[in-house]
Amino acid sequence: MTSSLADRLAAHGERIACAQGDSVWSYARLLAMADSLVNTLKDRTLVALLPANDFTSLCVYVGCLQRKLPLLLLPSSIKPDALRETLAAYQPGSLFAPAGTLNTAQSLDCGAGYARYSLAASDVVPHNDLALLLTTSGSTGSRKYVRLSHTNIFSNAYSIVTYLNITGDDRPITTLPFSYSYGLSIINSHLLAGATIILTEEPLVKRDFWDSLRQRRATTFGGVPYTYTMLRRLRFARMELPSIRYLTQAGGRLGEELHREFALACADKGIGFVPMYGQTEATARMSYLAAEVSCRSIGSVGQAIPGGRFELLDGAGNVIMDPDTEGELIYYGANVCLGYASTAADLARGDENHGRLQTGDIARCDAAGNYYIVGRKKRFLKLAGNRVNLDELDSLLAREGFSAVSAGKDDALLVYTDRNDQDTLKCFLANHTSLNKYAYKITRVPVIPRSDSGKVLYAKLESALERDC
Amino acid sequence: MTNREKYNQAFIETLEITADQLGDDLTYQSIEAWDSVGHMQLVSALEDAFDIMMDTDDIIDLSSYPLGIEILKKYDVEFS
Repeated sequence: MTSSLADRLAAHGERIACAQGDSVWSYARLLAMADSLVNTLKDRTLVALLPANDFTSLCVYVGCLQRKLPLLLLPSSIKPDALRETLAAYQPGSLFAPAGTLNTAQSLDCGAGYARYSLAASDVVPHNDLALLLTTSGSTGSRKYVRLSHTNIFSNAYSIVTYLNITGDDRPITTLPFSYSYGLSIINSHLLAGATIILTEEPLVKRDFWDSLRQRRATTFGGVPYTYTMLRRLRFARMELPSIRYLTQAGGRLGEELHREFALACADKGIGFVPMYGQTEATARMSYLAAEVSCRSIGSVGQAIPGGRFELLDGAGNVIMDPDTEGELIYYGANVCLGYASTAADLARGDENHGRLQTGDIARCDAAGNYYIVGRKKRFLKLAGNRVNLDELDSLLAREGFSAVSAGKDDALLVYTDRNDQDTLKCFLANHTSLNKYAYKITRVPVIPRSDSGKVLYAKLESALERDC
Repeated sequence: MTNREKYNQAFIETLEITADQLGDDLTYQSIEAWDSVGHMQLVSALEDAFDIMMDTDDIIDLSSYPLGIEILKKYDVEFS
């Protein structure tokens, strides 16, 4: 059975779909506006959107879902060079973006500061199931996108609505980028439930965010680990947040200390605290730790979401049955993506995963059935919720002629160079990635250790540094 | 160092800017470095420089260079 999120929205009729500033829009108005923005576009042609958490982006998104136009959701933080390269690789027929984004294409004013640019579309006919392309990494400008189907989006949203008990009375306030799978999953699940989404681009560190939250009586928001670090600094424990029903966390390991602190602080306030685990390859969510046990199973990401299932594999590929034994985490569910894409030609491809996802994460499961993520098989970091593929970053640096490599753990990125070019390197990272400069440290080493075959010996690199410190 | 110098130093170091960028038009997100991560770094630097603990309300109100001066006055930091 194929289900589409868009098909469920008309039933919400005059309920309020979203609020932004002083304005509110019903589901009926949202659908009408969504239709008016995309109704002249050519069938089955890729559309690109450079979104923000605002009404126009929501309309373009819903409009594309409704008309079954595959949508390339570009990360809001994308740099001009990466934007040009991505558009050249995927060749969408149109781009919705803030007016002034492109100066080379014919544009149409969409109102609210947006323009629709007409571009030369690729000849490739996208696969019928393809609904959405989401980036796996917002910060390194990678052109690798995840291909998601209408079924993926619907099934994950449905599952989230079920385990978080989302109702039409909920009012999430946006705290994460629209293009980020976690941010989008909050939007999808609340649209499905007929809830009211409070759209804001204001960050947690500004008064306007908290004013909107209080004025609109937000019931929930989501946060990556860094969000919780900020909330701690903002003295969350002392805040009065009577309208908040529950908070969620995803986008990387929270760490036991923050988990414990927020589980307890939330329990004090009668707020549910729900740590979760997921990947863009699974549309968004794969597991959640129920608020009722969140104070007890510190550090756990809980159990698979309704409709999903986990499996742990040992080095030989056998399923691990014993508790507390580490293995590679495999996920099964209808929310597992179709596959990846890196050019327009890939849009014609169908389902390559068949509901099975090798997460690349190493995990264990305790006797009570709660999962714990203990590490990663490949070299990935999550910085402020953004996945950074260290191998990808290394090839980017090599392509640019740097003699530098990256390493790190959890949320600390280290870049090593064996030349005296820290300043140039810093400048390059600032201009070509959207990594915040506090998210990484550049270190000069005498030599980058390599094996005979030229492979970087990361373990040696890090141990050499630890000795020096 | 005067309080004004300490105040300026916190901005210059955490946001990696030059003295000529300090002024009324230096506001949250007016430069790329002053994002939410930069904001929390700036708050920490100011707390360290003046040995104070800022309230939530003041952290979220500190949205420009001139506003920071007004906020710090509440913590008995005097600017001549």
